[in-house]
Formats: sequence, C-alpha cells, structure tokens
Amino acid sequence: MASSQKVLMKGNEALAEAAIQAGCRHFFGYPITPQTEVAAYMSKRMPKIGGTYLQAESEIAAINMVYGAASAGVRAMTSSSSPGISLKTEGISYIAGADLPCLIINVQRGGPGLGGIQPSQADYWQATRAPGHGDLHILVFAPATIQEMVDLVFDAFELADTYRMPAMILADGMLGQMMEPVVFPEKQVTPIDKSGWATTGTQCQRPHHVTNSLFLQPDQLEQKIVERFQRYAQVQEKHTRCEEYLTEDAEYVVVAYGATARIARSAVTAARQQGIKAGLIRPITLWPYPSAAIAAAAGRGAKAFLSVEMSMGQMVDDVRLAVNGKAPVHFFGRTGGIIPTPAEVLEQLQKLAGGER
Amino acid sequence: MNILLAGFGGQGVLFAGKVMAYSGLLEEKYVSWLPSYGPEMRGGTANCSVCISDQPIGSPLVLNPDVLIAMNLPSYDKFIDAVVPGGIAVIDSSLINKKCDRTDIQCFYVPATELADEKGLHGLANNIIVGKVLKETSFAKPETVEAAMAKCVPAKKQHLLEPNLNAIKLGMSL
Repeated sequence: MASSQKVLMKGNEALAEAAIQAGCRHFFGYPITPQTEVAAYMSKRMPKIGGTYLQAESEIAAINMVYGAASAGVRAMTSSSSPGISLKTEGISYIAGADLPCLIINVQRGGPGLGGIQPSQADYWQATRAPGHGDLHILVFAPATIQEMVDLVFDAFELADTYRMPAMILADGMLGQMMEPVVFPEKQVTPIDKSGWATTGTQCQRPHHVTNSLFLQPDQLEQKIVERFQRYAQVQEKHTRCEEYLTEDAEYVVVAYGATARIARSAVTAARQQGIKAGLIRPITLWPYPSAAIAAAAGRGAKAFLSVEMSMGQMVDDVRLAVNGKAPVHFFGRTGGIIPTPAEVLEQLQKLAGGER
Repeated sequence: MNILLAGFGGQGVLFAGKVMAYSGLLEEKYVSWLPSYGPEMRGGTANCSVCISDQPIGSPLVLNPDVLIAMNLPSYDKFIDAVVPGGIAVIDSSLINKKCDRTDIQCFYVPATELADEKGLHGLANNIIVGKVLKETSFAKPETVEAAMAKCVPAKKQHLLEPNLNAIKLGMSL
C-alpha cells in the first residue's frame, strides 16, 4: 500500500472508524479507561453521518440499547473495558438467547473488581467461557496490531450477522492506546438481508416478528439451543483462525494472542538466533479456538508448549485441552497491568530448551 | 530505533513522539507510538514510547531506549540509567541542571525551553529537541519530518505549522 493511504491512528479510534466504515450507525456506550476514545470518536463522527451516538446512563443500559437496535436489524455496537463488560454480561446473554447479531468491544484492563487501568488479558475466561449465563458462545476476535483491529471489525460484523450471534473484539489497554500505521480497506459492505426476522414494523402486511429469549417449555428451549449449537458447529468448522510463525520444525511452541503475541514473536525470533527451535501459534479467534493447529504442532513432535498471557493463566487451559497430554504445557504471565518483556519470554524459552522446566 | 520521550504534561512530549512516528510511517518503516496513560500522568509527568524499525514491532513499550528525550528532572532521574550503551540522551538543560556521568552514552544538553522563549517559539521546546535528535540520529530525512509535521498539526491550527518547522530547524542547527 502506498504511504499516502496509511494513517497513524490510535487503536481505539481505529476500531471506531472501522465500525463506521463497516456500516455501523448505532453506538451505545459509557466511558471507561482505557477505551474512552472509542466512544469519544463515535460522539464526533456519528452525528455527522446520520448515525446514532448515545451515551447511556450505565453499561447495562448501553447493552440493552444494543439489544433493541439489533432487534431492528441494524449493525449496533457497544464498547467498554473489563469492569464495564461484567455489567454487560446479562444483556449479552439475552442477545445471544434472542439470536441477534451485535459487536461488543472489550479493551481489557487489570481486574478483578475495579482493578487497574493498565493492559491486561485477564478476561479470557469471561469472553470464551461465560460471556453471560446459559448455554452460549460468542465470536471472540483477538487482534494483535492496529491494522488487524480494523480488519477484524469488518469480519466480526459480517460473521455476527451471518450466524446471528454476538461478536466481541477482545483487545487490551496497550492496543487501545497505541498508534500504528493503518490502511482502511475500501470495501463495499453488502448488507445481509434481515427482513425475515428484524422487527421493523409490519405495516399490517405480514405477521409479527418477535425477538425473545424466554422459552418456558423445556422441549422448545432445548430445540432452540440445539439449533443454535448447530450454527456454532459451522462457525467452528469454517471460521477458526490463527497465525503460525516458525512452527514447522518447532520444538518449543509459544501460544500467545493479542498484544502478548507481538512480544512473544520477538522472543521466538531471538530464541531462533540462539539456536533454540522455537515457534509461535497466535490464535486470532479465541472462540472458536484454533485447537487443531495446536494439536498438529503437538503431533509433529513439539517437546513443550508455553502459553504466555497478561493474566495468571487462563488460555493455558485451552492449550492443555488441545495438546491433550502429548507434551508438557507451561505457563508464563504477568498480571495486574504489567506488560511482559521479550527478554522475560526468551528466558522462559531458554529454560525450556535447557531442561530447567 | 527505540525512542523514549518524557517530560511534564503540556510540554508536547506526546506530540513530538507523534511527529517522529509519522516520519517513520512516511518512509515506509514499521512504527509504533505508545503513550503512558496511567497514574503517573495524573502526577504531572507524561511519556511516550516510539519505535521506528525495518522489522515488525514486537513490544511497543520502550524500557531501554536508544534515544532518550528528557524534558524535566523527574524524567531524567527515572530514565537516564535505562538508555542502552551506545545510545544518546537529549536533555533540556533549561529545566535539568544535572550532568550525566555515564561514559557509555552520548548526552546533548540543549537549553530548549529558554531558546524557545528567546526565539519567539514559545511552547515549542519539544520540537527544538526533535530537531537536535534528527541531526544526531538521522531517524528520517529532514524533508520527511517536515511532511510529517504537516500531517500532525491539526487542520484548524495550520498557522502553527511554520513555527513548529522553525523549531525543528533551530534544533538541527545546534
């Protein structure tokens, strides 16, 4: 790409601009560090393009406004950071239970509770295991660069619409606050036909459309959930994504996502220069999880795996499930808002290669 | 090249970092810019990390800079020992009356704040220092920095473009 098309942009602002370019005209938010620039950007841009920017009275109100807008078939989104996402979980469950698409952005900060405001990846369990109560999944995307943040916003809206389920971009304070060059794809977004279910008014011309998550008859509810899981199975089959770096002959495979993956990549490159056969698997989708790629690396004879996270060890569960006992799975993490350094990750790889772990 | 810019809020440390990062972008390099946004900001100091590289950037957080720009005493005290051996530090000597005793780095003392006031470039000490860094490191071509400045000065404040460019030129002449 020619440099004239590149702009230097903050992650939070890039997320917002990408959502607008992907056709989102309905944003409902509530400020919280470190994601406030998403809402600030929307508040400036939306009125100029005929969209709706609404600062709700709370995160709970904001997600329920998304529920309403999504029911009417428009591309709707909200964004927050960790404590605010906890407040949204009830609404996310309702939206999933009503089979509606939407986009939720989580620019993670340290928890639990109010925690801190520095970068964190401690909401992995929440995003992938329990984004709300009940049998449900949401699409979870984990960008590692500002460009990828932009690209994944388009994909998230499209897959959410296609499979009628919520999608989440799971970022962190580092990605939200940093600037990198970014190019916005000149994509023509083709709206997906929602006329079969969107509640846009009958004009007395058709039966009512109903969006609802309440099914009191157990057999009816079971059928709904089973149908939903058939859709989830399609998503797992077709839309699981990861990036592999130097894994073909890797003996020591680092698994890391988002901001941490960038750091791990530097460590893997440095380890290779020291003759350590290290590689990196970077999940791009956290749900569905790229278990097959990890299992394949284990099948090729990797000696050990190392999950690197900004948490006390959450994704490592999924690495263990994927490796399924074929090799030891280790963990290294920093938490509370501390960003691990390439040197720290390299030290872990040196220990693995030296048989110290 | 990993650059750490540090000073008080209001000195334009984040802006100066953005100009440097944009210069890298315009020369087709990989660049990143990461501000501090934590409690230290509330305490009145601001810093940002800028990386300019031929390779994709791993961690955008600069802990050990090749180039340190120190614009106040707390920043100087905090970061001077973190500069990598062989690196450089550009120090606003109007506000920092210390001399570094490290022999493995090069230090440049620029009375940027006083110079800015003398030359009618009030508030542009940041870019005087960027000009000095440009002269000492050639992190980009001078004309690229000029183009980057034009991108970074907001459309509504274009009348400030010329003084900003003059500050860069002044820094380069030191």
